[in-house]
Amino acid sequence: MEAAVKEYTYKDFASDQEVRWCPGCDDYVILRSMQKALPEMGVKKEDVVFISGIGCSSRFPYYMDTYGMHGIHGRAPAIATGLKLTNPDLSVWVITGDGDSMAIGGNHFIHVLRRNIDLNIVLFNNEIYGLTKGQFSPTSLVGQKTKSSPYGNTQPPFSAGELALGAHARFFGRISGNTPKEMTQIFIDAEKFKGTSLIEVLQNCPIFNDGAYSKFNDKAVREDRMLFVEHGKPMIFGKERNKGLVLNGLKLEVVTIGENGVTETDILVHDAKEQDPTLHQMLVRMEYPMVTGIIRAFDDVTLEEREDALTAQVKSDSNFKKTDDLFFSGDIYNVF
Amino acid sequence: MIATTEKKKQKVIDAVIIRFVGDSGDGMQLTGTQFSDTSAMFGNDVATFPNYPAEIRAPQGSLYGVSGFQVHIGSVEINTPGDDVDLLVAMNPAGLKTNLHALKPGHTVIVDTDSFTKKNLEKALYDSNPLEDGSLENYRVIEVAMTSLTKEALKEVEGLDNKTITRSKNMFALGMVYWMYGRSREYTTEFFNKKFKKKPEVIEANTKVLNAGFYFAETLELIPNAYTIAPAKMAPGTYRIIMGNQATAWGFLAAAEKSGLELFLGSYPITPASNILHELVKHKHFGVKTLQAEDEIAGISSAIGASFAGDLAITTTSGPGLALKAEALGLAMMIELPLVIVDVQRGGPSTGLPTKTEQSDLLQAMYGRNGESPIIVIAASTPSNCFEYAYEAAKLTIEHMTPVLLLTDGYIANGSAPWKIKSVASMPEIKNNIIKEAEEDWHPYNRDKDTLARNWAIPGVPGLEHRVGGLEKDRVSGNVSYVPENHEYMTKIRAEKVKRVQNYIPEIVPEFTEEGDLLVVGWGGTYGSLHSAVKELNEEGYNNIGFAHFNYINPLPKNTSEVFSKYKKIIVCELNSGQFVKVLKINCSEFNFLQFNKIQGLPFANNELVEKFKSLV
Ligand SMILES: Cc1ncc(C[n+]2csc(CCOP(=O)(O)OP(=O)(O)O)c2C)c(N)n1
Ligand code: SF4
Ligand SMILES: [Mg+2]
Repeated sequence: MEAAVKEYTYKDFASDQEVRWCPGCDDYVILRSMQKALPEMGVKKEDVVFISGIGCSSRFPYYMDTYGMHGIHGRAPAIATGLKLTNPDLSVWVITGDGDSMAIGGNHFIHVLRRNIDLNIVLFNNEIYGLTKGQFSPTSLVGQKTKSSPYGNTQPPFSAGELALGAHARFFGRISGNTPKEMTQIFIDAEKFKGTSLIEVLQNCPIFNDGAYSKFNDKAVREDRMLFVEHGKPMIFGKERNKGLVLNGLKLEVVTIGENGVTETDILVHDAKEQDPTLHQMLVRMEYPMVTGIIRAFDDVTLEEREDALTAQVKSDSNFKKTDDLFFSGDIYNVF
Repeated sequence: MIATTEKKKQKVIDAVIIRFVGDSGDGMQLTGTQFSDTSAMFGNDVATFPNYPAEIRAPQGSLYGVSGFQVHIGSVEINTPGDDVDLLVAMNPAGLKTNLHALKPGHTVIVDTDSFTKKNLEKALYDSNPLEDGSLENYRVIEVAMTSLTKEALKEVEGLDNKTITRSKNMFALGMVYWMYGRSREYTTEFFNKKFKKKPEVIEANTKVLNAGFYFAETLELIPNAYTIAPAKMAPGTYRIIMGNQATAWGFLAAAEKSGLELFLGSYPITPASNILHELVKHKHFGVKTLQAEDEIAGISSAIGASFAGDLAITTTSGPGLALKAEALGLAMMIELPLVIVDVQRGGPSTGLPTKTEQSDLLQAMYGRNGESPIIVIAASTPSNCFEYAYEAAKLTIEHMTPVLLLTDGYIANGSAPWKIKSVASMPEIKNNIIKEAEEDWHPYNRDKDTLARNWAIPGVPGLEHRVGGLEKDRVSGNVSYVPENHEYMTKIRAEKVKRVQNYIPEIVPEFTEEGDLLVVGWGGTYGSLHSAVKELNEEGYNNIGFAHFNYINPLPKNTSEVFSKYKKIIVCELNSGQFVKVLKINCSEFNFLQFNKIQGLPFANNELVEKFKSLV
């Protein structure tokens, strides 16, 4: 029987290393939310592993008192895949940035999602390269002025969610970097989900890209500009809770409840578990409102389940128990 | 054709080299394998080498669609598939054209005359028919209408389509060669019975054609005698024929079982390394995990993750793939986890000569990483000892907690030879540095005082939670450290750890003579060619030539300089423009090294080596 998981507090997950992010960076919020989420997950501390790439964000594992590896730029999903295949009992977390995951690590990012191994990926999207001091990233906007685009960026961005859904992500959540309570909960939900969970954090970098998200996640406008979706609930937002989404032809449209005969029952109910990602794609693409919460959580067979089943099958069909059985099988001959 | 009933004479010979060539679809690999397996079972020593076209579906009859298989068998020790051949079996004009140069003058070529049609001659770019224009007058040509004879032999077998009939003509050729070298047909007929269990008509057809070829040779006047090659004097034991890549894969299987760890392979397909992946993926019954990754970087990175989680982790590739793995290899070295990288070398640079052999990745293996990042480098030297060196690579990485790069090459990886099967029980122990529970004063970078290996703390054990990473580590805690003295200390200790491997590897033992006028030095896959050449000279009376072949490159065996000091001249032979010699110059700078290099994508030929060595003594 499983030994009972002991009671932890967030302090149990804080390492003795001094945290070295810039003051005011949202990375602190993510760190604390994670430390608060872990005691709620029912996992043993020794079974938790954080694997990161390179970037400000990727320093994260050093601050967690768990097993961890600060890897190389962009490769954390591949490292985590080997780790998880070796020991499926571990709770494995990939920590990555927008450059780490979508520039240098783009290949690993799409393939880890495609394979659907049971990992959790936290993508710190600050739309900039933080650690290298402010170059544009694959999520920086056209026209954005950065160290490497002093006259404005000419490369159109990816949307992390669109890319992820295109790569068949089974779980995609998005959360604002200044909403720790929701973030803590989404981390817990991601861990519970079987399969690759990707959480994009809209993370403010006050040093190199301050206010990238402020037009919709500032406290003052947040409720009017952001929609927090929950599976099974109508997609309603706004200070007055009177805005909602409806489908108009092939487009999502914002309507006001009480105007033009619109009632609450007209508002679309969020179905995160739907296999068809069409609506999830539309939600991901919206700019008003900016959609957060668990946008997609489609239950599917995981890679390790497929591998396990295959291995069990091959084992039961095989006469080979030891390598000697193989070595001495087939066309062997004796010299006397 | 005149049939004779009189029994032909038997001639005894020591060894023979036969090459079967034909169109990709002619089944030459199968024909060659059957001949070599049958000979091995009979007790001969054998070495084989396949030569496939690089194109997967080359146009029929074209020069670049020729597929070949060379077999060297003997009652004496056989070290290589051999250079020039004693018998050439050419199933079509293209095969003849591309291989005739390898046939020794005066020796025999068997051709299928039915395939020498106008169309095929044109495809092989022959202006006139070589069977008629006298261009083969320096050879003994045995012309056989193999396709027609095959059809004739099968006219009573029912249920065969035309394609199956013409495709079995390779068995006619095999039958002939079996008769010529006094081989039994039993192994091959047994093979048909197993392989075509569900198609009795195919078993019947192949058996009939094999027999037809056999009796045809017996009655053919042009073949005056059959040869006898007695069994070789091989060490008693149980054998099988093994290909280098298969031996490599099996070495890892044995090491995993012996060490009690599970095997994980992260890999991306590349010629000529892919066969290792193909082999290991079959062995899920032993708990082997394989990941065909999205690229080489993911291949090695997944292996690093697997190693962190406590598996015996390996990654396999060839030159261009090794280049991609460089950064991750540096990480593995930095975090001091076990990892084996196999580089099956091929002709470089860049995409180079993917299907040809070369030894030109040695310096990449030694130095191809940023920063000072020494790792253990070893090399296998024969198809069958790929097993031992894969095992050794696993043992060294587990015991010393630093990556090991195992070099093989296309020549030994695709070549095959008898392997005296090693049971796992007979292999050396593999100790590991895994810690199972938290002890007081435990730190991730605590080291074994002899090997300097750090301990291996695996996720899942309470109290051992720790972080590793590519940033410089504090010498004890493993936390990030920018302290200048610590960096110097860690750089030195990582190097010293590799250096100390010298205390755990065998010394180099020169062959033929322990001192003398010339020492022939080689490393890796050239063992067979170099050994044969020096042996031949020795038998001719040149007993002043010694031979030292290196399997351990970094570190070198402890006694290397001492061995070198016993010879007047040293010549370092490599299939590159001089890479190992650079390593030797750094480590044994007191000697003057001569060089013999070849960069043609081909192994050394015996005569070029013999000539060179003779000129030096
Ligand atoms: C192979 C390699 N190339 C480049 C770098 C330099 N580098 C380090 S982090 C980084 C970008 C990080 O950006 P992001 O992933 O968005 O992380 P952030 O710092 O913004 O959290 C770059 C280019 C590196 N460390 N390794
Ligand atoms: S540079 Fe930006 S992302 Fe990096 S720590 Fe500072 S504020 Fe955070
Ligand atoms: Mg960034």
